[in-house]
Parts: sequence; C-alpha cells; structure tokens
Amino acid sequence: MPAIELTTPAALPADWRDILALTKPRVMYLVVFTGLCGMLAAPGVLPLALGFTAILCIALGAGACGALNQWYEADIDGKMRRTANRPLPAGRMDRQSALHFGVGLGAFSVVLMGVATNWLAAVLLAASILFYVIIYTVWLKPRTAQNIVIGGAAGAFPPLIGWVAATGHVSALPLLLFAIIFLWTPPHFWALSLFVRSDYAAAGIPMLPVVAGVPSTRRQIFIYSLPMSGAAVLPWLLGLTGPIYGGSAAVLSFVFVVLAARVLANRATDPAQMAPEKKLFAYSVFYLFALFAVLVADRWLAA
Amino acid sequence: MKLEEEVVRRQRERARILAWLLGGFVVLLFFITIAKTGINW
Repeated sequence: MPAIELTTPAALPADWRDILALTKPRVMYLVVFTGLCGMLAAPGVLPLALGFTAILCIALGAGACGALNQWYEADIDGKMRRTANRPLPAGRMDRQSALHFGVGLGAFSVVLMGVATNWLAAVLLAASILFYVIIYTVWLKPRTAQNIVIGGAAGAFPPLIGWVAATGHVSALPLLLFAIIFLWTPPHFWALSLFVRSDYAAAGIPMLPVVAGVPSTRRQIFIYSLPMSGAAVLPWLLGLTGPIYGGSAAVLSFVFVVLAARVLANRATDPAQMAPEKKLFAYSVFYLFALFAVLVADRWLAA
Repeated sequence: MKLEEEVVRRQRERARILAWLLGGFVVLLFFITIAKTGINW
C-alpha cells in the first residue's frame, strides 16, 4: 500500500481488512467445523438455507467474541509480539468502533439464529458469547491460571448449538461433544502456552506455565488428556455411535495420550527444544477435526 | 497518497462491501422465509 500522509490513525475510517481481522477469522474454522458437525450428526435434516444460516450465525457469534475480546484486551495485546499488530494495539482502529462492531455482530447473530432456526439455539449462542466475553475474557483470564479450564466451555458450545439448531432440544450426544471440547481445550492451549509463555509473562496473563511452572503444566496436560480420551470414546460405550467412531476415537485418543506422555517426559525449558509440545499442539487440532469428521461419517452410515 | 484520497477510497470500499453484504442478507432472508413456510423445491 502506498505511504499515506497521516496525522493520526483515528482520522481515517478503518480499513475493511482491519474490521475482518477483529473477528479472528483464523480461529473461526474450528468453531464453524464443530458446529457444522454437531448439526450434521443430529437426527433429521434442516433445509439447506436454515442449516447455512445456523452455521453463519455460529461464525458471526465467534466473530463477535473475537471483536469484543480484542476490544477488552487492546492494552494486553500491545505487550505481546504475537498480537501487537492487531488493529487496536497498532492504532489502526479506535476501541469504541470495535465495541460497537462486536456488540452489533453478536446481537445480529443471536436474533438471526432465533428467526431462522429456534430460540433455544439462539439462547445457547447468546450464552456462549456472554460466557466467552464476561466469564472468560473479563473475569477469569486476567485472574486465575485455571482460566482455560472453565473458559474452555465457551469453545465447547458450537456442536451443542448446531445440534439444537437442527433438533430444537438438547440430548446426551451433544452434551458429550460439549464435554470432549471442554476437556480438550486445556491440553491444547497449555501445549501452546508452554512455547509462547514469555509473551504471556510479558503481558501479565497468569497462564499455567507462568504461574505454576513448566513441569506442573506438563503434568496437567497429561492428566487432562486421560478424561478427554474417556469422554471421546463414551458416545460409543453408551451406544450413541457405531464402531467406526468408537475405533477411530480410541486410536486418535491413544495417540493423543502418547504425545502428552512425551510432553510429560520432556525436561527442556527452552522453547526451541519443545518439539513434543509443538507436536502435541499441532496434533490436538488434527485430533478434534478428525474426531468430529468421523462422528458425522459414523452417524450417516448408521442412518 | 493524500489523507483525503485515502479516506474517500476506504469509504467507497466499505460502502461497496456493505452493499454486497446487505444484498446477500436479503437473498438469505428470502430463502429462510421459503424454508420456514415449508415450500419444497
């Protein structure tokens, strides 16, 4: 882009790319994917337009969470290398605009969800946005090292919302999908926070490696991988899915536990030597994608 | 590029994107209405 004779960045209307960046589109994929899988795994089929709208609403709700998170954490983001170039800390956008955009987008997504599918799905979507912004971002994240454990619930809502959008009610399987993501979030984020902990420390965020130390975090990662694996195979053990899902969940979870055990065995404190942590982080993303994809395949084959 | 030119460029770009989004929303509402009223294609 050519150089601009600027006085202050606030004198310019925000570029649309900065507005898009507020929604954190890169972290939206997993939310959209798990929401879609929750919807596809549900009994009954939504008309295409309503199904598309439900997923769009989940994506817009996630975008609202991203915008409100960046609005609230603009000061913290400015202290971390990874986030310093975001629109607010970089001064390309003013905070008030981000707040208005986030609130507007969130309200729009909830109302559209209610109109297009059902109001229980809309209430769950509203609850997930409020949980992420108020409980996680404002309350837990700056106060406790267990922020990810409880805050992980916000990211666990999408498959439940997708299911409820399709059926209009809550049942055992979507609650188990909620539990899987809830238990998956701590090892996933703690693996990441192990090799970017200097950033979190600089920003004063009490992530587990900063507060409790690296060995304790590694222990917690391994401990959490066990109930997560249990939750992953539970739908099969309860007869809610078939053997394709059961076998795949067992194998995928076994590999997860093995990688978590390697993290536990690692003694390095230098992020450059944290190959097991980086491997677990990358695998954890693949794990969730694969698990939910297999779930949908299994349910469709059974139907 | 002068500041005024950049302001106008960004405003035009945002207006164009907003127009597309509103157009898309109208089309989406149309299909939602069709689906909710139970008409099968």
